[in-house]
Amino acid sequence: MSEIIKKNLSEIIDLIKKKEIKSEELANLYIDKVNKSKKLNSYITTCFEHTIQKSKEFDKKPNFNSLLPGVPLAVKDLFCTSGFKTTAGSKMLENFIPQYESTVTENLWKEGAILLGKLNCDEYAMGSSNETSYFGNVINPIAKDTVPGGSSGGSASALAADLTPATIGTDTGGSIRQPASFTGTIGLKPTYGLCSRWGIVAFASSLDQAGPMTKSVKDCSIMLEAMAGFDNKDSTSIEKKKENYSKNLKTDIKGLKIGIPKEYRVENMPKEIDELWNKGKSILKDLGADIIDISLPHTKYALPTYYIVAPAEASSNLARYDGVKYGYRSSKGNDLIEMYENTRSEAFGDEVKRRILIGTYVLSSGYYDAYYLKAQKVRQLIKKDFDENFSKVDAILTPSTPSSAFKIGEKTNDPISMYLNDIFTVPVNLAGLPAISVPAGLDKKGYPLGLQLIGKTLDEQNILNVAYAFEKNCNFKNEIKNWWL
Amino acid sequence: MSKDKFDYFIKGEKNKYEVIIGLEVHAQVSSNSKLFSGSATKFGAEPNSQVSLIDSAFPGMLPVINKECINQAIRTGLGLNAKINNNSVFDRKNYFYADLPQGYQISQYKKPIVGEGKVLLDMPYGSKEIGIERLHLEQDAGKSIHDMDPSSTYVDLNRSGIALMEIVSKPDLRSPEEVNAYIKKLRTIMRYLGTCDGNMQEGSLRADVNVSVRKEGDKNFGTRCEIKNVNSIKFMQMAIEYEAKRQVELLDDGKKIEQETRLFDTKKNETRSMRSKEDAHDYRYFPDPDLLPLKIEQKLIDDLKKSLPELPDNKKERFMKDYGLNSYEANVLVSEKEISNYYEEVAKLSDKKLAATWMMGDLFAMLNEKGLNISKSPISAKNFAELVQSIKSGEISGRIAKEVFELMVESGDNPKKIIESKGMKQQSDPKELEKIINEILTKNKDKVDQYKSGKEKLFGFFVGQVMKQSGGKANPQLTNDILKKLLKG
Repeated sequence: MSEIIKKNLSEIIDLIKKKEIKSEELANLYIDKVNKSKKLNSYITTCFEHTIQKSKEFDKKPNFNSLLPGVPLAVKDLFCTSGFKTTAGSKMLENFIPQYESTVTENLWKEGAILLGKLNCDEYAMGSSNETSYFGNVINPIAKDTVPGGSSGGSASALAADLTPATIGTDTGGSIRQPASFTGTIGLKPTYGLCSRWGIVAFASSLDQAGPMTKSVKDCSIMLEAMAGFDNKDSTSIEKKKENYSKNLKTDIKGLKIGIPKEYRVENMPKEIDELWNKGKSILKDLGADIIDISLPHTKYALPTYYIVAPAEASSNLARYDGVKYGYRSSKGNDLIEMYENTRSEAFGDEVKRRILIGTYVLSSGYYDAYYLKAQKVRQLIKKDFDENFSKVDAILTPSTPSSAFKIGEKTNDPISMYLNDIFTVPVNLAGLPAISVPAGLDKKGYPLGLQLIGKTLDEQNILNVAYAFEKNCNFKNEIKNWWL
Repeated sequence: MSKDKFDYFIKGEKNKYEVIIGLEVHAQVSSNSKLFSGSATKFGAEPNSQVSLIDSAFPGMLPVINKECINQAIRTGLGLNAKINNNSVFDRKNYFYADLPQGYQISQYKKPIVGEGKVLLDMPYGSKEIGIERLHLEQDAGKSIHDMDPSSTYVDLNRSGIALMEIVSKPDLRSPEEVNAYIKKLRTIMRYLGTCDGNMQEGSLRADVNVSVRKEGDKNFGTRCEIKNVNSIKFMQMAIEYEAKRQVELLDDGKKIEQETRLFDTKKNETRSMRSKEDAHDYRYFPDPDLLPLKIEQKLIDDLKKSLPELPDNKKERFMKDYGLNSYEANVLVSEKEISNYYEEVAKLSDKKLAATWMMGDLFAMLNEKGLNISKSPISAKNFAELVQSIKSGEISGRIAKEVFELMVESGDNPKKIIESKGMKQQSDPKELEKIINEILTKNKDKVDQYKSGKEKLFGFFVGQVMKQSGGKANPQLTNDILKKLLKG
């Protein structure tokens, strides 16, 4: 197996720019390994003919001034890709081929990237282990009986297994950061509105945000730079100038104030996570940062709030999958209502149905005030917690997840314990803030664990910088042994 | 309908009932593109030819508000003397139907763009104010077509996503006549503003009608029924009459009214139950997370206010003051912007009062007969003004004027040209007339003697002779004066 594909994205870009490797050669290296790695089930769709054709076109007329020159990339199968199946991990969209390209992927192609394939994910991004996908669960390359996390589990698995040099996911409650933490990779959820949601299959509109997943912080800054940008097709997109995250990346974090929220020390959290958190604090302190204890008092309400807001929006967002216009349609049923019922019963999985039911319930008349409205109020309080603390600190450091990668099937019959895995990530989505998960160490099983840096609104550069400095001083090494080959 | 006292009551076997009506009018916003997409909105296009990925709710598609629709809603709100809300919210109204691709309609629920306002009606028994509860923006649904194929339903999404304004009245209407006046007034205001074409045949204006009855003198409202989606004033009136009678019969029988949604069957002229209150949809309204709350700067409202055209109520007042019209005339002449424009053009060039009389008489009759809008009138305002002036100055008589009018309709010619080429000018030279009259009197000496001996009825005979002699062109007033003078002598 070539050593090249083990390299970081930024190193690969350098090789291409120095003409040490051609785009087509690179594509073939990935294609070869993807073909040999079906066991991981991280890809739902491959489009190698397209990849080769585009890489040949690139090699014929290369533009080395773009951010991702001739780089093959696989993306989460939640991004609509024109002419290529986009399934959202669901039977409902098993054969759905959009005739339009999501803004975020379009931005990547404009920067020279080439589609390599579509990556597995939890059905409609609902899940924390990639076990709800209609296309089967994904395996974490760190150990064959572990989940890669979710919902961007295929993205994390493929990235960690060197089946793509970098990738993109979506994060509604931790779907980028948790799988990144489980696979020893970097995952960033940008400020809500920084990346356009246009053309991404919607889960919960007020929380969904696309972001990069990479092997290094520098890669992360390159990818974010390529993806982000104002889009007038998304009313919640933020109108601002494009930033040069990779160029402005620096390791000097002297004098930066890092907040440590006491509410993130939860009951029954493994000791190793606490230790890792302490290790993170001392690394940043050694780099000259001030470590400050803070309180985010409404943290404990974040998870229940999230599991009201997200399903409520999902129940409405998924109403369009009714068998009338596109996607799966049941052949059974004597009238319109029966057709709806059979279509949705047959094509949605259990987790999606569960969330549609929860969402429908919390929006129902008589329950709206007690659940949805109250959740919206608590959401404001959670946001206020962050706002108040961000007048005192520049970034907040927490663990990314309350555990390392768990076993396949371990939590599938216990939704609550599955939901608890998002406990450190959901407050960030509720507040619309940017946050990055950086690998910080291994537990005693040798499974990676990540730390999360939460930033102020649109302060991606700052958390990238802290993560960059941390990465340089943490000496984390992912031990993936290619056992599946 | 010209009663000077309100007296619309339904007499049951036992009691006399007052009818309470509130309307939810759905007016299609005049705009080139839809409320949240760039698709065209032209009526009558090929099915599914004006449908974007957003209108058909493809995965990942997002709505983006069309600013022109917002402006149109603000204009309409201002035209209804209503409060414009600086902050409003778009909500999702969730329900499943084949012609509702998103599975929800984007509408406004708790915070509409326009708040309370009012509309003035001119009723024969005086003017009446109808309260407006609110106006909100929402998406129209598509159209299910059930009769194209015996086993399938077809869906046309051209209408899906078109902007509608729902204008909700307070329960201030009391009769089908008032409903007629209210809808017409709304339509007039919106057509003046250019915010809705008011075309009921094309479905640009439809209404849900809420009807309840209460014993005369009662203060509390009865239980109401909502009649859905009625698309003509006539049907609204028929539905109200039927529904009020149905409710009165139930109450007089000692039965209760169930709150429900009903449909009006235009063929059978009756309303029938569609769904009861218990079966009512739970729409699970919640703020659409794809759209930020709508903030409207006061400056935009002020600017739009400044650019509003003169509205019918003000124009009516001005017409009465400046042109000396009575309330009825002014009402008719401001009912359509085009009519008022035509009138003003005519009135500027001719006698204002006479112009009104002739417009509302012969001109309207002709347009009506030909089924023409005034903007398509074969007689231009300028020519019509000349005709009026010719009558006023005595150049032609009213009778001749009618002939000239007919010729103008046929040829589109200038009346002066017609009068001259056909020699239709009125004989108004006293000397010439005296000559003719003297001749007639000489010829009919016997009749002159009879007249002088008291048979004054013969005066008409002499006038007739003069007219005959002059080919109808003798100035009638002058003829009368000269005849009287000469017969006295």
